[in-house]
Amino acid sequence: MGQGRRMKRKQGMPEALSEEHFANLKRKAGLPVEPPVEKASLSNKKRKTAKGAAAAKKPEPAPKKSSAKKSNGKAKKLPEPAEDSEDEEMGDEFDLDQLEDDGSADEDASSGGKMKKIWSDDENDSDDDAEEDDSVFDSDDQEEGGKKGKFVFSDDEDESDAEEKLTAANIAGLSRRLDKKLAEDKAITETEMQESAMQTNIDGPKIFGEEDDEDDELADKSKSLLAPDLQLLRQRITDTIRVLDEFAKLAEDGRSRAEYTAQLLKDICAYYGYSPYLAEKLFNLFTPREAFAFFEANEMPRPVVIRTNTLRTHRRDLAQALINRGVTLEPVGKWSKVGLQIFEANVPLGATPEYLAGHYIIQAAASFLPVMALSPQPNERVLDMASAPGGKTTYCSAMMNNTGMVFANDPNKQRAKGLIGNVARLGVRNVIVCSYDGREFPRVMGGFDRVLLDAPCSGTGVISKDPSVKTNKDEKDFISLPHMQKQLLLSAIDSVNHASETGGFLVYSTCSVTIEENESVVAYALSRRPNVRLVDAGIPFGKEGFTSYMGKRFHPSLKLTRRFYPHAHNIDGFYVAKFQKIGPTPPNAIGAAGKKNGNAAASGDEEVIDKTPITTDEDTETEDKSAKKKSKGKAGTEKSDFSAFDEDEDVKYIEKAKKNAMRRRGLDPKSLKKPKAQEKK
Amino acid sequence: MRPLTEEETQAVFKKLAEYTGASLKNIIAPQEDGDRNVFRLSQNRVYVVRLSMANLATSIARDNLLSLGTCLGKFTKSGKFRIHITALPILAEHARHKLWIRPNGVMPFLYGGNIVKAHVGRFSEDCPEHQGLVVYTMDDVPLGFGVSARSTAESRRLDPTGVVCFRQADCGEYLRDEDTLFQSG
Repeated sequence: MGQGRRMKRKQGMPEALSEEHFANLKRKAGLPVEPPVEKASLSNKKRKTAKGAAAAKKPEPAPKKSSAKKSNGKAKKLPEPAEDSEDEEMGDEFDLDQLEDDGSADEDASSGGKMKKIWSDDENDSDDDAEEDDSVFDSDDQEEGGKKGKFVFSDDEDESDAEEKLTAANIAGLSRRLDKKLAEDKAITETEMQESAMQTNIDGPKIFGEEDDEDDELADKSKSLLAPDLQLLRQRITDTIRVLDEFAKLAEDGRSRAEYTAQLLKDICAYYGYSPYLAEKLFNLFTPREAFAFFEANEMPRPVVIRTNTLRTHRRDLAQALINRGVTLEPVGKWSKVGLQIFEANVPLGATPEYLAGHYIIQAAASFLPVMALSPQPNERVLDMASAPGGKTTYCSAMMNNTGMVFANDPNKQRAKGLIGNVARLGVRNVIVCSYDGREFPRVMGGFDRVLLDAPCSGTGVISKDPSVKTNKDEKDFISLPHMQKQLLLSAIDSVNHASETGGFLVYSTCSVTIEENESVVAYALSRRPNVRLVDAGIPFGKEGFTSYMGKRFHPSLKLTRRFYPHAHNIDGFYVAKFQKIGPTPPNAIGAAGKKNGNAAASGDEEVIDKTPITTDEDTETEDKSAKKKSKGKAGTEKSDFSAFDEDEDVKYIEKAKKNAMRRRGLDPKSLKKPKAQEKK
Repeated sequence: MRPLTEEETQAVFKKLAEYTGASLKNIIAPQEDGDRNVFRLSQNRVYVVRLSMANLATSIARDNLLSLGTCLGKFTKSGKFRIHITALPILAEHARHKLWIRPNGVMPFLYGGNIVKAHVGRFSEDCPEHQGLVVYTMDDVPLGFGVSARSTAESRRLDPTGVVCFRQADCGEYLRDEDTLFQSG
């Protein structure tokens, strides 16, 4: 029984592990891990070879088609090469199915399953035939293209009839045209009949493939009335992807890439259950083939990973203890010294004595990454802006060896409870848990050596964990979430102490893969805060962030950010960007709340209210002079603001400030001038 | 958040001293780096925290401060101090009397049971009756704490099913009592 589950996890292995090593492990010996995998890979190979064969056959039909057009001028039948190959492949696919799970065809819808079986048998026959009298068949085909039409008609009887006729045609070479016409007519009637019978059987027409209208109908129908025929849908997805891969070669005439893409998206929505909006958004991030891999990977669970609590134990000891409890595990990869990947556990991992004693925490491999990028040092002051459930916070503390302090903030008090639980269980002593809105942060406390912002996001990277994302995210979410993320990122930047000796770093991460929540947010921060720059995150793997996407151009330094994908790295989809703050935030920068920072001090049109204590004129003057001298003396070292001090200008400001002060006290500011005037008189 | 009053300090120290004995002073002794641990009360919960951290935590508003350092326990409404499992790291560090339990006794203890003699692997020699002790596994992982039901000498004569130690807190509470154990603001 365990095998099936193992298999699932097997597929979820990360690249860092070599299969051989895993297989060689003693504790794995005797467990039937390998054979099924081999089988799977074999079948894959087969599939591939089948495809290859189909592809090899591909070039042939093209000239035929043209010749067909030439010869009979009847374009309405249109034996499409893509369809042809699809048919053939379909046969292979079903063969495979039969090989793999002989009797399991009863899983299919009864009628559809029957249909398929018949169909595959037929296809076998035809294949055999084709192999037997290959030369005849081929030559025949090439001689007269119209004959090719018979493959299009997926109907079985028709097919066999056609074959008989084919042989007949070979024998009686002269009556070809007549036969052909007959065949065509018959085929047309057949298809019509089929279409009329479509209500009862949705398999047949679907094989015809790429006619948009029909497909639409079918897709809708399958959505509304019946469960969609996943096998066929999937087949069509792979076919469309293949066409898109080699568009020049495989595409039908008169069909644009956009049509294919639209079709593919529609299929993906139907097959995986995404909302069209999200599917398109995700699809546009990748090449079609990669996108397919991504969607596939989202259906597979990611491996369970635990993180050793180095405050309490060592990874080796923990691994030994868990192995003794019947857990099969492995180091998660070379990139982490604290991660253990769980393959199989006979005990609940969240209730072992080791867990309760705080020796480990169950934490996705992806959430190691932002902390690794942050790499907090001992005795620093760190802020984790959205910290629940505490995996990253406790990792920070472990890296700092319980020195310094970590402010763990989470706006949601209910979630913060779990955070406190984890902090206490893992024996972390340097954490202060607070519950603020992250945007309030530089006001609550600033001057952190490092800030970690794992922003709340749409979760498009963790669809395997939470499939509800597929449908419940729409345009609004992709406007409001980035908006909040931008605010959070700005306040995070403002909370960092740029003058920190050891730090001055900020890590922004999301568990989402969309551009809106990642590159756009980072680019926004770069544009609003000239005092930060991106630095290398120090993670040995991952893909570079986008520097241009669909016409948007980002700063070239966005290359330094890292993207992680479930299909490429077998961890949750993730994004990590590491900033370094190199100067103070300018006082007139746009604040997180959208207001200007620094009250009214900087804005030009508002009244300037100077809050420095006002001394007597002489004093200020002497001070000014001394300041001037100083500034002149230190011209090189001091800030440029002080180097050119205009005394006359200053007098104006002093006057103004005095007036303001008067006004604030409720006095008449004009009374200031009067005594002076009197003096003058 | 505020320092403890005189009575509160007494109540807390009395409770801690049951487990740590004379080494209680080690908890509050200055550390090498000049820092020292202080006790702070926030919404009825008592925390042990480094002074530098306590000072920084003053900038957090009362309503928003959920936890800091290590939580020792809480004061009940009647003014008694109740020690929590979260105090275990501190108690384990400074424990006077210890009890080690065998692997087969670990799960019963973690599910909240008292410790019977059959599960005892080792026991501090000079433990009197009704004295606080810290419970470890055989490989020295602290699991919880309790009160001795018998003195060490008496418990030797006990039959295997006799209770040696009454449980007061165990690590299993992190799962069982997650809702009540921690402050929720």
